Amino acid sequence: MRRKIRILMAKPGLDGHDRGVKYISRALRDAGYEVIYTGIRQSPEAIAHAAIQEDVDFVGLSLLSGAHNELFPEIVRLIRKYGGESIIVFAGGIIPEKDIPFLKEHGVEAIFTPGASFKEVADFIEQNKRRLSH
Amino acid sequence: MKRLTEKILSGDVRAIARAISWIENDYAQKEQLIDDLYPHCGNAVVWGLTGPPGSGKSTLLNLLIARERMKGKRVAVIAIDPSSPFSGGAILGDRLRMQKHSTDSGVFIRSMASRGHLGGVAGATADAIKVLDAAGFDLIIIETIGVGQTEIEVVEMTDVVLLLLVPGLGDEIQALKAGIMEIGDIFIINKSDKDEAMKTKAEVEYVLSLNDNPRKDRPNPIFMTSAVLNLGIDELSTGIDLYIEELRVNGLIEDKRRKRIAREIRLMITAKIRREVEKQLGLNERIDSWVDQVYRRKRRPYAMINELSDTFFKKNRT
Amino acid sequence: MLNRMEKIKKKKEAWETTTLKKVLERFPERKKRFVTGSWLDVDRLYTPVPQSEEEFIEKIGFPGEYPYTRGVQPTMYRGRLWTMRQYAGFGTAEESNTRYKYLLSQGQTGLSVAFDLPTQIGYDSDDPHSLGEVGKVGVAIDSLKDMEILFDGIPLDKVSTSMTINAPAAVLLAFYIVVAEKQGIPAGQLRGTIQNDILKEYIARGTYIFPPKPSIRLITDIFEYCAQHVPQWNTISISGYHIREAGSTAVQEIAFTLADGVEYVHAALQAGLDVDQFAGRLSFFFNAHNDLFEEIAKFRAARRIWAKLMKDRFGAKDERSRMLRFHTQTGGSTLTAQQPDNNIVRVTIQTLAAVLGGTQSLHTNSRDEALGLPTEEAVRIALRTQQIVAHESGVTNTVDPLAGSYFMESLTDRIEQEVWQYLDRIEQLGGMVNAIEKGYVQKEIQNAAYQYQREVEEGTRIVVGVNQYTLEDEKPDKILRVSPGLREIQIEKLRALRRMRQASRVKRALQKLEQAAHNRNENLMPYILDAARVYATLGEISNVLRHVFGEYQESIVL
Repeated sequence: MRRKIRILMAKPGLDGHDRGVKYISRALRDAGYEVIYTGIRQSPEAIAHAAIQEDVDFVGLSLLSGAHNELFPEIVRLIRKYGGESIIVFAGGIIPEKDIPFLKEHGVEAIFTPGASFKEVADFIEQNKRRLSH
Repeated sequence: MKRLTEKILSGDVRAIARAISWIENDYAQKEQLIDDLYPHCGNAVVWGLTGPPGSGKSTLLNLLIARERMKGKRVAVIAIDPSSPFSGGAILGDRLRMQKHSTDSGVFIRSMASRGHLGGVAGATADAIKVLDAAGFDLIIIETIGVGQTEIEVVEMTDVVLLLLVPGLGDEIQALKAGIMEIGDIFIINKSDKDEAMKTKAEVEYVLSLNDNPRKDRPNPIFMTSAVLNLGIDELSTGIDLYIEELRVNGLIEDKRRKRIAREIRLMITAKIRREVEKQLGLNERIDSWVDQVYRRKRRPYAMINELSDTFFKKNRT
Repeated sequence: MLNRMEKIKKKKEAWETTTLKKVLERFPERKKRFVTGSWLDVDRLYTPVPQSEEEFIEKIGFPGEYPYTRGVQPTMYRGRLWTMRQYAGFGTAEESNTRYKYLLSQGQTGLSVAFDLPTQIGYDSDDPHSLGEVGKVGVAIDSLKDMEILFDGIPLDKVSTSMTINAPAAVLLAFYIVVAEKQGIPAGQLRGTIQNDILKEYIARGTYIFPPKPSIRLITDIFEYCAQHVPQWNTISISGYHIREAGSTAVQEIAFTLADGVEYVHAALQAGLDVDQFAGRLSFFFNAHNDLFEEIAKFRAARRIWAKLMKDRFGAKDERSRMLRFHTQTGGSTLTAQQPDNNIVRVTIQTLAAVLGGTQSLHTNSRDEALGLPTEEAVRIALRTQQIVAHESGVTNTVDPLAGSYFMESLTDRIEQEVWQYLDRIEQLGGMVNAIEKGYVQKEIQNAAYQYQREVEEGTRIVVGVNQYTLEDEKPDKILRVSPGLREIQIEKLRALRRMRQASRVKRALQKLEQAAHNRNENLMPYILDAARVYATLGEISNVLRHVFGEYQESIVL
């Protein structure tokens, strides 16, 4: 049986702009993925625990408030700490070009900024799913 | 494998989560894993919670988890949502309302899509329950949208079925008559703050009274709750405990569990044989050509089917 | 009249079979179907429709008169231009104070305060929830102390201040009133607006705290308190802006916003207020997108529908109660990160839409908002855009210049019709609170947002610079950065505050507030004011209310 790719979609921080994350969640569902949607205002701890319990392959983070430099690295750190060594983290939102190298260094593998298409997200997932361990 | 088993028995979250993935993906190794875990099962109580969309299942569940945690129980939840019949994908959103328990090490929440499982999602649920049971959870709750046969099969894997209803859904009672009613042990009227709540309760009582319930002497409890206003949750929680205690005292829980195992055996064996048949006949590869032959009236359906099944049986007789 | 209409109709048919047909045969049109930005069908050509004098008066009429289709004032911008109000605020109260003084010196006529997210959700800067968010999307306000700094040197009797604050609106309003007290200005002279619109937070914006019932109680408490003590204050700004940003259509923006308005009016009436006592202080807040005609028609239709609702349904007698007055902001979600200079052009079109639609005040977005917080230079260009439209374009010289355009009137009618259908549907669902709890409203918006995004991805909807006319290498833009040490600064200020204030008085004020919150018949405003005066923090006040009221849990629909 073909293994299903599971993706956790979450909004850390306090901003409530969920148009983008909901669009991507829905488009991922329509592309055949299983999406676990956890809603807005999620703490790094809550996201990391959810990722482990749900045994997801990818975690997608969305943030528009500018708190990404503080929150994204913390989420990656906690996911690794709780044993999610192979979980691939990507992110989207209003993220200045300048911050991208920093975030990549801290384990956020892809960053989709305004104007990015769903196809780019889907391509990223397809290209990286081979790396998954089980 | 041995390490995974040990980790699960010690309650390792990552291992539990991984094991459930094996089950969901129907990996061959799952069989050995479940058999290794099985001697450690039998301690958990399993609730099934079902009700129509919008009845507030997850919100209620969120409050029930908090209550059961206060009693010191370790709680696991499997929340099942349907897969999209078009893409095979799914959006699993039930976790959202329970996310505040995400960081509690005494709570494990797992979302599951119904997929097109062979053996059904019921089979996968039954196995997941074993993993969680062996991992030491005291209470396992299975949540589904109670709309179809699949969901009914799922909640039948549990010790007690909580059926959640809300006032003002209109077709509710019709649905009850159509058969969901029989599976409910405990009835919950949620959104009890709404005007028509008492009317709904009366309707439920009426429909229940029509039932040829073999336990007329032991009526199904009905509880009124408001998950939004956090009302009636204590009563419900206590009521469920009492109900299960009663089942235990009367030995009825044993009956239920034996029936559950019977269902499971039927389900599993059918699934297993079906899979073998499909494999040997090369059903997936050949189905199109069979359809074509029957469609163009080149072959007669029974003649063709009998020929195929004869080939299968002959081959497996030796 | 009818005779004339017949003639025009005949003439049109003749034109279609001759002139038009010939051209269409040789040059087919670009598309089979033409639609507005929100998928309303647009015909090739609009011609006069039969209309009696009564119908003209009833539907179009005169500015400053019911049904206000043409505007709420008789002279509109010939009398006074709209208020140019740029939403601004970031970092600490000190930094924002400097920005406000700059904006006022540049000719801006009103202030609009942006608060950071912890403030909007009632958390102090030292709350764990605030990690990474302090001072990011607006100014961090933890207590009266910060508010005193924010308005230092700004005479509150001379400016009108708009505050984008919802769930804890009562607390921030209390801070404002007390700052004015300290400046020696009586509350009666204060002018401004609090957003105070919780329903759209559940629908679209997400900065809610409490469940609907206690939230709406706070809102009606404010209505009542301000009617008596702060009579010039606009007590709510019922907002479609965020609904549109979440991806709704123009029709949905108006329909859901007016439905929210209806819900608030109901609540106030139930709380025992008289409709004319508060309705004149209700104001609205809409979005301006790129489809120029649709947007103008949207504003005109909104005024007409609200006037009808207030007159016919709620029996409002006061003319002011029937007027839909609104603030507009250009559409943040229409701005692109690619080729950001193009955004200046988009904002210009949107400015025209707002002005031709008769807005009372306007915020124009900065070109760099899809990249991060706007720089001072970008904010200036945005303000200049308004000034150019106001002083150079000439569109302000007459009232409602597009009235009588066959297309404009037809589109206005069409939008009105569609909005009434939504309003009926919401009524059937038991009002807006129920419709939101059922997820109906969110689902409608999401479907529109999904369709829009699909069209962009498939290229059937062109976004210049994004899916067509793209550039290979784009230079990264200059952006504003908020200093990362901000949270520490705020935390230090909070520590100092807690040392400086009298703990026992704070405790007593909070206890009284808690008791009052339990009693539905108490108006909470005086208790919140008392707590503000003794320097209870926003987080402390909000936590008391959280404890009594509980917290809202979003209901998702995907």
